[in-house]
Amino acid sequence: MDLSHFLRFIAQRLIKAVSVVIGVIILAFFLVRLAPGDPALVIAGQSGAADAQFLDQLRQQFGLDKSMPEQLFIYLKGIAQFDLGYSHRVQRTVASLIGERLPATILLTGAAFLFAVSVGVTLGVLAARRVGTWADSLITVVALTCYATPLFWVGLIFILIFSIQLGWLPALGMFTIGADLSGPAFALDVGRHLILPALTLGLFFMALYARLTRASMLEVATQDFVRTARAKGLREGPIVRRHVLRNALLPVIGFAGVQAGTLVGGSVLVETVFSWPGVGRLAFEALLARDYNLLLGVFITTSAMAVVINLITDVVYALVDPRIEVGA
Amino acid sequence: MTVSKMRGGLGRRDLLKLAAAGAVGGAMTLPGTVSVDAQGRKVLNTIITPEPPIAVPGINNQGPTLIVGGKLFEGLLSYTPKLEPKPLLAKSFTISADGLTYGFVLEAGVTWHDGKPFTAEDVVFNITKLHPEVNPRLRGTLANIESCVAKDASTIEIKLKAPFEPFILNFDSTTLPMLPKHLYEGTDFRNNPANQNPVGTGPFRYGEWQRGNFIRLLKFDKYWKPGKPTIDEVVYRIIPDSTLRGVSLQTGQVQLAAFNDIEAFDVPRFRAEPNLDVSIAGWELFAPLSWIDLNLRVKPLDDARVRRALSMAIDRAFILNRLWFGVGKVATSPIASSTKFHDPSVRLPAFDVAAANRLLDEAGHPRKADGTRFELKFMTLPYGEIWNRLGEYIRQAMGQIGVRLVGEAVDAGTWARRVGAWEYEMTINFVYQWGDPTIGVERTYVSSNIQKIAFTNTMGFSNPKVDELFATARRSATAAERQAAFSEVQKILVQEMPVIWLLELAFPTISDKRLKNLITTATGIHDGFADVTM
Repeated sequence: MDLSHFLRFIAQRLIKAVSVVIGVIILAFFLVRLAPGDPALVIAGQSGAADAQFLDQLRQQFGLDKSMPEQLFIYLKGIAQFDLGYSHRVQRTVASLIGERLPATILLTGAAFLFAVSVGVTLGVLAARRVGTWADSLITVVALTCYATPLFWVGLIFILIFSIQLGWLPALGMFTIGADLSGPAFALDVGRHLILPALTLGLFFMALYARLTRASMLEVATQDFVRTARAKGLREGPIVRRHVLRNALLPVIGFAGVQAGTLVGGSVLVETVFSWPGVGRLAFEALLARDYNLLLGVFITTSAMAVVINLITDVVYALVDPRIEVGA
Repeated sequence: MTVSKMRGGLGRRDLLKLAAAGAVGGAMTLPGTVSVDAQGRKVLNTIITPEPPIAVPGINNQGPTLIVGGKLFEGLLSYTPKLEPKPLLAKSFTISADGLTYGFVLEAGVTWHDGKPFTAEDVVFNITKLHPEVNPRLRGTLANIESCVAKDASTIEIKLKAPFEPFILNFDSTTLPMLPKHLYEGTDFRNNPANQNPVGTGPFRYGEWQRGNFIRLLKFDKYWKPGKPTIDEVVYRIIPDSTLRGVSLQTGQVQLAAFNDIEAFDVPRFRAEPNLDVSIAGWELFAPLSWIDLNLRVKPLDDARVRRALSMAIDRAFILNRLWFGVGKVATSPIASSTKFHDPSVRLPAFDVAAANRLLDEAGHPRKADGTRFELKFMTLPYGEIWNRLGEYIRQAMGQIGVRLVGEAVDAGTWARRVGAWEYEMTINFVYQWGDPTIGVERTYVSSNIQKIAFTNTMGFSNPKVDELFATARRSATAAERQAAFSEVQKILVQEMPVIWLLELAFPTISDKRLKNLITTATGIHDGFADVTM
C-alpha cells in the first residue's frame, strides 16, 4: 500500500465524516427540540413556583426566545469555531462538562472493551480448538448466559456478591471520596472501583466475541489452505495462530469497531448502577432537564468518535488482511 | 391487599432488599467513605438526589439546590416547627404596631467566605435588587415594600406600603438567602461566576464539586458562631440508583439521607434498624400538599358533585398506610395542618364508595352496559416510583365508581409543559405551602392566577367568594381577621373541591443515631448544620 494512496483515502474519508457529523448535528438539533417542554419549564416545574416573567427571563438567557433557524445558525456558527456552547442550567461550557466526564467514561468503556476482546477471543479460540468437548459446551453456555442477561441485573448481582456479601470490592463511585490518595495508591483505588462496572459492561460483548470467534474459526479451519499448511508439516500452534485465527478475526474486528464506536457514549445503565460519573448519565440527565446544548454536545462528540473509529477499523482491516485495500 | 400484590413479581427492589438484609445480618461494611478520615477530621457523608444544577439558592430554587445551598448561605431568620421566627443573621427584629415597619439588627462579626464583612448594605441589595429579579416566588411579597434602607452598618429598616402579615415568614435561607453584594452588584445575576464558586456566610464553604460524583463542603473557620460548626466536612454523594442509596445508608457508607433519597415505601425497613433514626419533621415551612389536579374545563369535571364523588371514592388512609407507610398525614383541608390558619374543624367528605356511586347517578352519569360511566385521561407524576404506585391505586379506586382512567406516562419536561398548557384532564401534583396561605395556597385557587404556567390555577377554578376571601386575608392586618377569612374559604373549597386533596406529604430524613441536633427548625435538612454534632 503506497503512502500517497493511503493519505488520499484518509482525506476522502474525513471529508465524508465531516458531512456525516454536520448531518447529525442538524438532525439532533431538531430532534432534541421535538421533546415536549423546554429547559425553562423543567426548572420552573422543579422550583414549584414560576411566573411569566421568570419563564421569559430563562428563555432569553438560554437563547430560546430566538426563532428556530436563528438558533440553529448560532449553534452551527459556534460548532464551526469548535465551540460546543454553554449549558445555561449548570452554567458551565459544554466542552468542560463533557471533558470532565470523558476520562471516567473512556476508562470504564476502554477497560470493558479490552476485557471483552481479549477474553472473548481467547474463549472463542479455546472452544473452537476443543469443539464438541465439555470445554466447548461450557464456554458456549457461559457465553449464551452473558449474552442473554440484562446488564443492570448482572451489575446488581455483582454488587450483592462481591461488595455486600464478600466485601471485596467497592460498589459505588470511581474512587474513595475523602481518602485524598495520590500516585499508585490512587490508581489502585480507582482500579478496585473499576473492576465490577467494567466486568458488567464487558460481559455482553465478551460473549459476542466468543461466539463469533468460535464460529469463524471453525469455518476457516475447514478451508483448503489450512489443509495445505497441515500437509506441509506445520505444527498445530502456528497453524491456529497464523492461518486460522488471523483469517477468522475479520468479523470480530468488524464488531469491535462497532463496540469501540460506543466508547465515548458510555453506558447509562452501568453508570447508574455503579454511580460511575460517565458521559452516559450526563446525557441522560441533560435529556430529562431538556439541556439542549449539553445533549447536542454529547451527540456530536459521540458521533465524531464513531466516525473516527470507523476509519480506524477500516485501516486495521487492511493491516490484518492485506487482500483488503484501503480506498479500493 | 398489599402493594406487592398490586405490582406482582419479584422486582429488583425486592432483590436488593434481600441483599441489604443479608448485609446487615452479617454486619458487613462496604469499603469506601469513612466518617472520621485519616487526619481525624469529622466527615458527614450524605446523599443529594437529584444532583442540583448549581448550589446558589435564590438563583436556582430547585429542591436539591436549597438543601446544599443552605449550608453555604444563610437568611436573616429561621423558623421553629411552629413557624415562629428566630434569629439567625439578624440577632433581633421588630415589627411596628401598625404592621408597616420592620427593623432588623444584624449579628456582629459576620464575614463572607472570601473574608469581606457582611453588612446591612448586603441585606438591602438582596431585598431590593437581587431577589426581586431572580426569584419568582418572592416577587409578589417584595412588591409590598415601600422602602428598604440601611440605617447603619448593622441595622435595616423596611417600610411596607400596606400591612402584610406573612411578610416575616420570608427571611429563611430557602426563601431569601443572603448573597454577597460585592460579587453580584452590577452583574448579570444568573450568569455570575460566583454561581460556580459560591460565597456565602454559612457554616460551610464551597470545596469541590465533581459532577456526577460528589459535592464537598468544608468547614468555614471564621464562621460567626464561636466554636461552630463542629463537623469538618459535608460530602454530598450523587448516587443515581435508589436501591443503592438505601444500601449505602444501611451499610454506614453515608450517615444521612433525606428528601428524595429514600422513597417512602422503603422507610419501614429503616425504622427497624437499631442504629438509624427516621424522622418526618423539618418540612413545616414547606408543608407539601398533594392532590389530584383536575382540568375543570373538561366535562364532567366542571360539576362539583362529580368532583366530590371522585374524592369520596378515595381511601386516603390506605394511601398513607399502604403506599407511604405512615410517612405524612391524611389531608383534611386545602391548608395543611402545619401551615398557619389551618382550620381543624374542616373535614373532607368521608371515604364512601356507595355514596360516591349514588352521587354520580344523581349527577346524571349512569353506568353504561360495560359498567363504566365516563373516561378520563390520567397523567402520572414523573417524580419516582411512589407516584406510579399512587397512580395505580387511583385508577383502581376510580374503577370502583365506574370511572375509567386512561394512563399517560410522561417525563418531567412533558409534565410541566402539559400542565402549563392546560393539556391534561387529571394528574397528580404536590405544592409547597410556604407557611402562610396567602403565600402558598392562594395562588392555586384565585381566578386572577389562572395562567398557562404550572403551579398557578391551571385547573381554571373561579369562584368570586373565594377570590374575595383570599383578598381579605391578604389585606387584613390582624391574625384574627385573617383566620376568619381563611376558615370560611376552607369550608367553601372543601364543598367545591377544585382539586382532590390527598396527603400532607413528608419526606423522610434517615440518619445515623450519632448525629445530634439535625432537625431543629421548620426547614430541617435545609439548615446550615452549624449545631449538628457527630
